[in-house]
Amino acid sequence: MRVPLSWLREYVELPDAISAEQLAAELTALGLKLEALEHVGSDMRGPLVVGRVLTVQPEAQSNGKTINWCTVDVADANGSGEPQGIVCGAHNFAPGDLVVVVLPGGALPGPVEISERKTYGHVSAGMICSARELGLGDDHTGIIVLPPDSAAPGDDAFALLGLRDVVIEFEINPDRAYALSLRGVAREASLAAARRGLVAAFTDPAARATPTPNDAGYPVAVEDSASCPVFVTRGVSGFDAGAPTPPWLARRIQLAGMRPISLAVDITNYVMLELGQPIHGYDADTLLGPLRVRRAAAGERLTTLDGVERDLGPDDLLIADDSGPIGLAGVMGGATTELSATTTRIVIEAAHFDPATIFRGQRRHKLPSEASRRFERGVDPTIPEAAADRVAELLVRYGGGTVEPGVTKVGAAAGRRTVSMAADLPGRVTGMEISVATTLANLRAVGCEVEAAGSALSVTVPPWRPDIDAPFDLVEEVARIVGYEQVPSVLPPAPPGNGLSRSGRLRRRVGRTLAAEGLVEVISFPFIGSAALDALGLPDDDSRRALVRLANPLSSEEPALTSTLLPGLLRAAARNLGRGASGVALFESATVTLPRGSGAAPIYGVDRRPTATELAALDAALPDQPEHLGVVVAGERERSGWWGPGRTGDWTDVLAAIQAVARALGVDIRAHGAQRAPWHPGRCAELRAGDRVIGHAGELHPAVCAAHGLPARAAAAEVHLGALLGLAADIVPGPTLSAFPVAKEDVALVVDESVAAADVEAALRAGAGELLESIALFDIYTGDQLPVGKKSLAFALRFRAADRTLAEGEAGHARDAAVAAAAASCGAVQRR
Amino acid sequence: MSGPNSEYDPVQVSGLSAEEVADLVELAKAAIGAATDLDELKAARLAHAGDRSPLALANREIGALPPQARKDAGQRLGQARAQVAQALSVRQATLEMEQEERILAEERVDMTLPVQRSSYGSRHPVTTGSELIADVFIAMGWEVAEGPVVEAEWLNFDALNLGPDHPARTMQDTFWVDPVEHAIVLRTHTSPVQARTMLTRTPPIYVVCPGRVFRTDEYDATHSPMFHQVEGLVVDRGITMAHLKGSLDHFATAMFGAGIDTRFRPSYFPFTEPSAEVDLRCFVCRGEEPAVATCRTCRGEGWIEWGGCGVVNPRVLVACGVDPEIYTGFAFGMGIDRTLMFRHGIADLRDLFDGDIRFSAAFGSEL
Repeated sequence: MRVPLSWLREYVELPDAISAEQLAAELTALGLKLEALEHVGSDMRGPLVVGRVLTVQPEAQSNGKTINWCTVDVADANGSGEPQGIVCGAHNFAPGDLVVVVLPGGALPGPVEISERKTYGHVSAGMICSARELGLGDDHTGIIVLPPDSAAPGDDAFALLGLRDVVIEFEINPDRAYALSLRGVAREASLAAARRGLVAAFTDPAARATPTPNDAGYPVAVEDSASCPVFVTRGVSGFDAGAPTPPWLARRIQLAGMRPISLAVDITNYVMLELGQPIHGYDADTLLGPLRVRRAAAGERLTTLDGVERDLGPDDLLIADDSGPIGLAGVMGGATTELSATTTRIVIEAAHFDPATIFRGQRRHKLPSEASRRFERGVDPTIPEAAADRVAELLVRYGGGTVEPGVTKVGAAAGRRTVSMAADLPGRVTGMEISVATTLANLRAVGCEVEAAGSALSVTVPPWRPDIDAPFDLVEEVARIVGYEQVPSVLPPAPPGNGLSRSGRLRRRVGRTLAAEGLVEVISFPFIGSAALDALGLPDDDSRRALVRLANPLSSEEPALTSTLLPGLLRAAARNLGRGASGVALFESATVTLPRGSGAAPIYGVDRRPTATELAALDAALPDQPEHLGVVVAGERERSGWWGPGRTGDWTDVLAAIQAVARALGVDIRAHGAQRAPWHPGRCAELRAGDRVIGHAGELHPAVCAAHGLPARAAAAEVHLGALLGLAADIVPGPTLSAFPVAKEDVALVVDESVAAADVEAALRAGAGELLESIALFDIYTGDQLPVGKKSLAFALRFRAADRTLAEGEAGHARDAAVAAAAASCGAVQRR
Repeated sequence: MSGPNSEYDPVQVSGLSAEEVADLVELAKAAIGAATDLDELKAARLAHAGDRSPLALANREIGALPPQARKDAGQRLGQARAQVAQALSVRQATLEMEQEERILAEERVDMTLPVQRSSYGSRHPVTTGSELIADVFIAMGWEVAEGPVVEAEWLNFDALNLGPDHPARTMQDTFWVDPVEHAIVLRTHTSPVQARTMLTRTPPIYVVCPGRVFRTDEYDATHSPMFHQVEGLVVDRGITMAHLKGSLDHFATAMFGAGIDTRFRPSYFPFTEPSAEVDLRCFVCRGEEPAVATCRTCRGEGWIEWGGCGVVNPRVLVACGVDPEIYTGFAFGMGIDRTLMFRHGIADLRDLFDGDIRFSAAFGSEL
């Protein structure tokens, strides 16, 4: 809401002691937030005066243009009283017209410094101004021609045209719809002055005597009174369609952010801005039969004022006449009955509409308008008569004609709402010391009528405050006038807490572990399209292709929520390499979204807590959102240097990262060879914790690397972090350490190349018995010493007893038992 | 060979004179002193204290002396051999020390060489920033609450007093899961966690909920379709706006330093009444003249818009099963990303979500 201060002062007597900046600050403190404060016209300098054109001498120029050599009477403004000679390129004026002249020494926005200058063979002493040159709009088709007799030569044009003003722009919250009017802002300005101890009397522009409705105005039939509780019509006839809008009025509308159009339209907008009541004007000669307020029938169509033909339906509230729909009620009028350059008989509509109906209509047609913005937030339902009367008054004052005696009013505003509030509630809720007297005074200051009823107050809410319907709404009104800056600062007495939750602690542990492993955390958007899944080489039946789709994605390329973290990670890896990184190791932990169940979430009432069953139904409708951890390693992992060559990151790095996480969580995970996209079919591990598959890791398929612009051997892992956290060791039992000597036994076992080392190790472990303390694979050999298709795995076994030194041969027996077990389950043969 | 005295040589026996022994000791000491390394010392030891050294040979002959001479000779030779052994031992220690010093000197390396073979890891500042924020509240006894990102419309809107026709719904441009009739959204704020918390816990409730939220904003330097919020919720007996102010002042001070407090301005949120915008005292200029006039962080305002807050609307308490006659509450919400952008002077929001390792790396593993 843009508010020119000169206009505001018509309704509130602001003392000079409060500057515009102070006023804006106080209004902000009251809840009308300052967006911008503009000193309009501060970039212009006079002399800028009214002139009367005396002579116009057209002169053709060699460049094809015709200029006018004019003499203009500016009275004594030029110091001499002699006519001023000015060259002007415009042609929309004639001798006798009143124009606006800037004289040498003046300046226009730009800045354009004005001085006497020689041009087209004359000395031009000033400039005749167009609207655009004066910052009065975009019109540059000609110079400004003032209405005859609206001023005298030599008059100061700054005052006449309202060129200098202060405009305060406010952000108006949805609960303060009344402040979408000068009336509402003026009321607040009076409160703002009071905050500084100043008195600024407010005069309500809606308080005006209006003729009693007599049903003799333009006829109206309201068929949906719930959606349209009040509908008032007035009429003006004999209106001069060609009458210009007074410059001050056009200027006010323009400074308020609307575009002047024509006198009649400008007046409807002016009254809307003044009172907050949207007005619609009809050309009475285009109306056929009574105005009807009704729901649209399916298939009806309407061309709105913006020239768009719209399909209507039963949800649309219409204004119709016998010709059919002529307006979308409270949103926008129709093209066939609009006020035009030939309109002489005007029907004025001032109505009140149900906010929700207007909100839905405006949303459905994507047609937010100045009218709908006000109606959907709530307009004072008691002012349509006053507003219509004000429009009629202005129409005949500036456009001539007569106000017709008929006043039609259908319906009536609902009675004023009464809210009961405990008298001490404002203090109890805000923590401020607020006396009952203060509460009473502040409620009355915002327009409430208050009666004390025991320890409660019975508060009758003013009709322009439809937002107030509960005691806490009243608390806010009282508190904002006391001043939010008065709220004390007190820490609440929280009971002892349990600290960070277990999962919270574990997540931190995971992040720190990965960072310590040299990985960098990234955060990606979860949006995805099928192209990204194709790039991963996921088969058609891969479960990760089942996506939860968005109804309104930002990009049609990425219309769904991702089921895997890998696309974001691979993209980030490629981006880093593209920006010059020689290697990259990334991780991300986030939820992924997987379809589940029917997916339709119920909507419950809000008058009570939903039952446990109802709450369960809400959760059941949501997609599954498991927490995942993704890792990618690509390019150089260890740099080359004076110590020797570097090392390219590969599958071992991602497995090591996941193992580090598992170790940090106290979860034992094992890798098993597997095949799954997007991994290399021979270099992919399924990771299991016990029997549970918790993810996959390995080298990316060469085609996937190529598709993402990643170097060969790039590797990635994705695990179900939520599952891992769930498996994390809780209370770890302390170990018993044996100080008895260790016995070391190394064995080399020859097995088929296809046998997994982990299987051999598991067999050894199983066969070695309880004396086995640890086992480690320390060498793998294939080559000339072995038959083709065989490999030798060398393990270091350490044996120790908890309670004694091992006897001679005891470790050897255990080793032999281990080897026997490996022989039995893996076909291992000990290499001598 | 004969008995013990078969090699008796009177000439040699006569060499056992005190002068000769002294000469031998001097000779030995000279050789020991002349040894410049452990090998030379080993040779000197062999020559002067070995089994075939003159002193050793002389010692061997003591038994052949007349009984009256044995005592003197034994004493003399014993002292002499002890002197030689002492000299050897001292020289040995000196030479060992010299050798060690030489080796250590030879082993000197350039300690300024680069040693980091792989690059450092780091966590994302939004992660560590969220932890920092959570820790401020945990230290006050609050707990962290969580909820799903893909959320039921009822919890994201209705339960928070944002009815289907509430104009405030247009303030938040919502991502809807397809089809819209399923009434599932990407949460537009962390406030549904508020609702979930009240629905699953009984007061007193003191929780803070950091998390990611979504709005259909185009991606630019200050907007992102995904960003992070932290929500605070307290529901207890006798809770007032003063407790809200106290909590936010404490939060501001913990994040931005002593003297940085907050300011309330009346505002509107459907889920709170009274509602306020909360501004943070500019932590660069502190709103003090003359610095404030040219401050680029707050643009001369002295205050920075930080978030929204208010007293929990009793309607929300009712929908979530909390008795508004017994309990009051407050709630607040602010952008984590925005808070970090202030705190660390981050100019472009997109840096947070671009995945450039140089960005996260700059913050290390803790904020």
